[in-house]
Amino acid sequence: MKGQLILIPGRSSKQGVGLNKGKLKEEYIRVTNTLELSAEDALENGLETADIVKISNHVGETEVQVKVLKEGKLPVGYAFIPYGPPSSNLFDGETCGTGMPASKGMTIDIKFIKKGVKKKTKLPPKTAIG
Amino acid sequence: MSVASKNDKIVNEKIVENATCTFCGCCCDDITLTVDMDKKVITKAKDACVLGKSWFLNHVIEDKPIARIAGKEVPLDDAIDEAANILMEAKFPILYGMSDTICEAQRHCAPIMDDCGGTIDTTTSVCHGPSGMAFQGVGEPTMTLGEVKNRADFVMYWGGNPAEAHPRHFARYAVTPEGMYTPNGKDDRTVVIVDIRHTKTAGVADIFLQLTPGKDFELLWMLRAACKGFEIPEDCKEICGVDKEVVEDLFQKMKNCTYGVIFFGMGLTMTRGRHFNSGALMALATDLNEFTHFVAKPARGHGNVTGADNVVSWQTGYPFGVNFSRGHPRFNPGEFTTVDTLSRKEADAALIIASDPVANFPKPAIDHITSDKCKLISIDTKNTPTSEAAHVSIQTSTYGINTGGTVYRMDDVPISLRPAFDSPFPSDLEVLTKLRKKVNELSKKANRPYSTKKYM
Repeated sequence: MKGQLILIPGRSSKQGVGLNKGKLKEEYIRVTNTLELSAEDALENGLETADIVKISNHVGETEVQVKVLKEGKLPVGYAFIPYGPPSSNLFDGETCGTGMPASKGMTIDIKFIKKGVKKKTKLPPKTAIG
Repeated sequence: MSVASKNDKIVNEKIVENATCTFCGCCCDDITLTVDMDKKVITKAKDACVLGKSWFLNHVIEDKPIARIAGKEVPLDDAIDEAANILMEAKFPILYGMSDTICEAQRHCAPIMDDCGGTIDTTTSVCHGPSGMAFQGVGEPTMTLGEVKNRADFVMYWGGNPAEAHPRHFARYAVTPEGMYTPNGKDDRTVVIVDIRHTKTAGVADIFLQLTPGKDFELLWMLRAACKGFEIPEDCKEICGVDKEVVEDLFQKMKNCTYGVIFFGMGLTMTRGRHFNSGALMALATDLNEFTHFVAKPARGHGNVTGADNVVSWQTGYPFGVNFSRGHPRFNPGEFTTVDTLSRKEADAALIIASDPVANFPKPAIDHITSDKCKLISIDTKNTPTSEAAHVSIQTSTYGINTGGTVYRMDDVPISLRPAFDSPFPSDLEVLTKLRKKVNELSKKANRPYSTKKYM
C-alpha cells in the first residue's frame, strides 16, 4: 500500500511536556514519532492506530507510528505530526528568500511497513470494583 | 521525574511567589513555586499549566560536565578559548538561537559576531520571521495583553493552537478573564478560531472557520476588500472552503465590535505565502480601524524570543538575520538567516545558544551543521541532539529557575525573573560575557578594523 498525503507538522502539548523531560528521552521520541491521520484516510489506506509506516518526500524519509483520529478532526488528505527529528527529515532547506522553510503543507508518500502493538488500557480487576 | 512523592517530608522548603514561567511567550508571572532546597528540585508549581508544570518539575541539577571539547571534559575557560578561536578563524561564523535566555545575556551576542565579522540570527527566523518582515512592510497595529484582557470583546486566533502551545492564554489574557470593560469574561466576548484542522483550541470557539489549507491569504484579502466596500464573492466556498454567509457574518462582527484582536500563529508564517500572509492579516487589522479599534499580535513561542527580537533590533537595527562581514549590520532574510547559511553549506562555524537546530531544522541544514565542514559550539541548559553533536559544548544554568534577569512577554512587556534555587552550572550571562571578552581580545590582536566599536 502506498498513498499520498499533505503533511502538517506543528506543536502539541504532549510534545512540549516531552521536551521538558528531555529530547533524548523516550517520551519525546515517542510523541515526535507519531503521525496523526484522519479516520477516512486510515480506512482508505488500510491503516490502524499503532501501525508503522514510512513517510517520505524528495528530501528524505522516516518511519513513524500511526494514530487514527476521530472523524472531522483532520481534513481528508492531510496528516499531522508534532515537530521533532522525524519531521525535520522531510523539511526542505529552501526558504524562498525569507529564512523560513515551508514546513507546513508538504506532499508526502506514505507506505505501510508493519503492524504495531496497540497500547492496552489496564483496567482494575473486577474484585477491586465497588 | 524529580517530583517528590506525597509522603516525602521536605525539611528545607522555600516558597517563591510570583515566579515567571519562561517555557512559552505568555511568560505567566503568577506562579507559586515550592522548592525542596536540600534536593534542589521544585516540588509544586501552583497555577502553572501542563507545559509550565513540566518545565518546572522536570528541572534537575544533572550530574555532568560543565564544559566538553570533542566529548572530553575540560575546564570552562578552555572551552571558551576554543570557542573564541573557532569563531575568529572561521570564514563565515554564525550565531543562532538566543530565545531561551535572558536579555542581559542576549546583548553580548551581537558584539561577539561583530568582532568576528559573522552573522547573528535568532529562532525568530524559523518562527515569526515572516511576521517580522511584514512589520517592516505594513506596520504592526499592536497592544499589550493587559489591554486585551480589559477591553477586547472580539478575539480571533488565526493559524495557531494556543490550547496546546500557550495553554493559559485563554484564562489569563484573552478569553475568560473578567476585565474592566468585559466584566462577564467569556460572555462579553466573541471568540473566533480560523484553522485548517479542528484543534483543541477550536473547542472554545463561538465561531470556528475550517479553512482550505493554504488559502489564508485569500480569505484575509476578501475581508480587506470588504473593509473597502466590496462584496464577498459568490464562489467564496470554492476559493477558501468557507461559506459566503459565514464570512459576511464574521465581517459584520469584526466591524461592529468595540475592541477587536487577532492573534496569529505559524499556520500563517510557515505555509505558502509566509510574510504575505502575516502582512495581509496586519493590514486587515489596520483597515478595520476605519470602523472600530482593532489590533493584531503574533503568538510567540519561546519564553524570550520577543526579547531576542528587541535586543538584536536595539543593537543592530534589525530583528534577525543580520550580517557584520562588511563592518556594519546588514539585514537580508534568505541570505543571512540560519537555515539558508547552513543549507547552502556556507557557515563553517556555528555558535548555538539555548536552541536545538539539530532536532528541528530542515535535513540539508542538519547534514551541514553536523558535518566536519562546520565546527559546532553549543551553549545550552540540557542535553539535546545539538549539544551532543557539538565540538564545544557548555552546559549552563536555566533562566527563570536558577538565574534571574529580564525576559519580554509576547506583547513586548519586560518581566523580571525570580529564580528558585542556585545551580552549579554557570549562567548564560557569565559564559557569554567571558566569550565576548575573549573574542574581542583576539579581534584586537588581529587588528580587525571594527574591534574597538562601543556597545552598551
